[in-house]
Amino acid sequence: MFKFLLKRLALTLPTFLALMLLTFLAIRLVPGDPVEVRMGERGIDPVRAEEMRHLLGLDQPIWKQFVDYVWGILHGDFGTSLVTSEKVLTEFAALFPATIELSFFAILFAMVLGIPAGILAAVKRGTVYDHALMGAALTGYSMPIFWWGLLLIMFMSEYLGLTPISGRTDLIRFSVEPITGFMLVDTLIAGDKGAFWDALRHLILPAIVLGTIPLAVIARITRSSMLEVLSEDYVRTARAKGLSPFRVVGLHALRNALIPVVTVIGLQVGTALAGAVLTETIFSWPGVGKWLIESIARRDYPALQGGILLISSIVVLMNLLIDVMYGAINPRIRHGR
Amino acid sequence: MMAGVALSSPATVAEPVDSPSRRAWRRLKKRRGAMFGLIVIVALIALAICADLVSPHDPIKQSYSAVRKAPSLQHWFGTDELGRDVLARIIFGTRASLSAGIISVGIAMLLGVPLGLIAGYCGGFIDALISRFTDAMLACPFLILAIALAAFLGPSLGNAMIAIGVTAMPVFIRLTRGQVMGIAVETYVEAARAIGNPPWRIAVRHILPNVLPQLLVQITLTIASAIIAEASLSFLGLGQQPPAPSWGSMLNSAQRFLTNAPWMAVWPGLSIFISVLAFNLLGDGLRDALDPKNR
Repeated sequence: MFKFLLKRLALTLPTFLALMLLTFLAIRLVPGDPVEVRMGERGIDPVRAEEMRHLLGLDQPIWKQFVDYVWGILHGDFGTSLVTSEKVLTEFAALFPATIELSFFAILFAMVLGIPAGILAAVKRGTVYDHALMGAALTGYSMPIFWWGLLLIMFMSEYLGLTPISGRTDLIRFSVEPITGFMLVDTLIAGDKGAFWDALRHLILPAIVLGTIPLAVIARITRSSMLEVLSEDYVRTARAKGLSPFRVVGLHALRNALIPVVTVIGLQVGTALAGAVLTETIFSWPGVGKWLIESIARRDYPALQGGILLISSIVVLMNLLIDVMYGAINPRIRHGR
Repeated sequence: MMAGVALSSPATVAEPVDSPSRRAWRRLKKRRGAMFGLIVIVALIALAICADLVSPHDPIKQSYSAVRKAPSLQHWFGTDELGRDVLARIIFGTRASLSAGIISVGIAMLLGVPLGLIAGYCGGFIDALISRFTDAMLACPFLILAIALAAFLGPSLGNAMIAIGVTAMPVFIRLTRGQVMGIAVETYVEAARAIGNPPWRIAVRHILPNVLPQLLVQITLTIASAIIAEASLSFLGLGQQPPAPSWGSMLNSAQRFLTNAPWMAVWPGLSIFISVLAFNLLGDGLRDALDPKNR
């Protein structure tokens, strides 16, 4: 197992290096000079422009710029925002709990509905239930989530008045001291039940919107994985022994069918982080997704560059974790068979 | 006796052999979802080409006397905040969405397929180098990388297409590489090598045609993702720029008028959804039809 872990780590390191090169090159795609582009038509005093170029390291030879960039990252320096002059990592860390909270509930929503839907579709293969559920899954998979968000706002918030439209909590009615950054946890720590329910109500729509595509993916993979397992000999044996359908499906089949499902759930973290950009923008959710879009609008390239690298690194680490977990569950993977 | 049998039944010998593409088409025709998808796609392409002929109004003509008018006989889908006809903008928006889908996937293929061929066929250091870059690009969530590239390149439909194309490229590299590695050890490739064919000829003439079925499925599904990505970029202001119509940018302006003019949000979203669904249905159908296990 230790050897497997080392092998996976060794494969991840070049990926990180390539990621750093990718984000380093990306900022060089800016037509002209990032400093001039940021200043736009207003122009800038040449002395100040030189200072900014120096700050961004643009006055150095390109190889030196890359070495400095990698060195900085290895020391936890992901750059400095041109707008707030704050460290990118500090800004990211302050906003990330909001994105984690949203993504966690989105994936929870996707799992709670997606796994039973996939099981039902597999057990009732070829029936109207199967067609309806898989049709719904394909619909969810094809849904532009920003439109889905707008539709839910129109119906649930504007028409029925059931849920709030934006933000994480009602800032006028409740004031919660941020301790962990997770609103639900902070309201519980503060012992403010009203604020807790309010935060939960704020979470419903964005979590549904962000969880829709993972829900569709999880339902589809659960169905195909269950179908594969249901035709195995040991399931037939369990049936022949006279076990109830519930025990056959729930105990014998599901356990084995869930292994690929767990992997796909892990991979949905990337989907959730990408979807968070749109979801957070629509619902004014103060997370890293909204911050990235604001950085684009403010032409804050170092923030954008650092943010992309941080999000991608989290996805790489998540994939590594899934691989290691998968190796721990399934020895055939660990031994390269 | 044997010769007599052979000579007496020449029809069996001359019977035309069904080509793999014909077989796949026959299987595809049986799938209602895929056929629905194909019909919608053909209709959308026709709409994009004939937009000038079928559009009832000019998509960019503003009318301050018809601002945010509900759907009526004169404006079937209503009008937007500048009095422009929503139906006309939807029809012309088809061009932006379809061209973004098709051109960006074209870019992804043009870059990704040769790199995948090289990585899979050459192996060794070149393969490791290309594969690590592919891994790194795949680690960045698709939409985030597309948004970042579009932001760095500057907001325009052309740059959005480049950004989406470059972002979709690693999928084609990985797919082609995997397929090539499987096919390169086949006997007919060995035979082609043994008779002295140069590597490029083996790759292009003997390996590439066998990768095409899987590529076709991937192309269809990637066009669906590219349409959503273009709409997302335009929604965020990084794609098609006003006043040119695009479904994503129409949704962007619609979100400010959800209560007063919901039709502004309903139609562009529905258009994106239907076109993405059509490509996904066709992709799913193609995957089943081209799967060797189904033969």
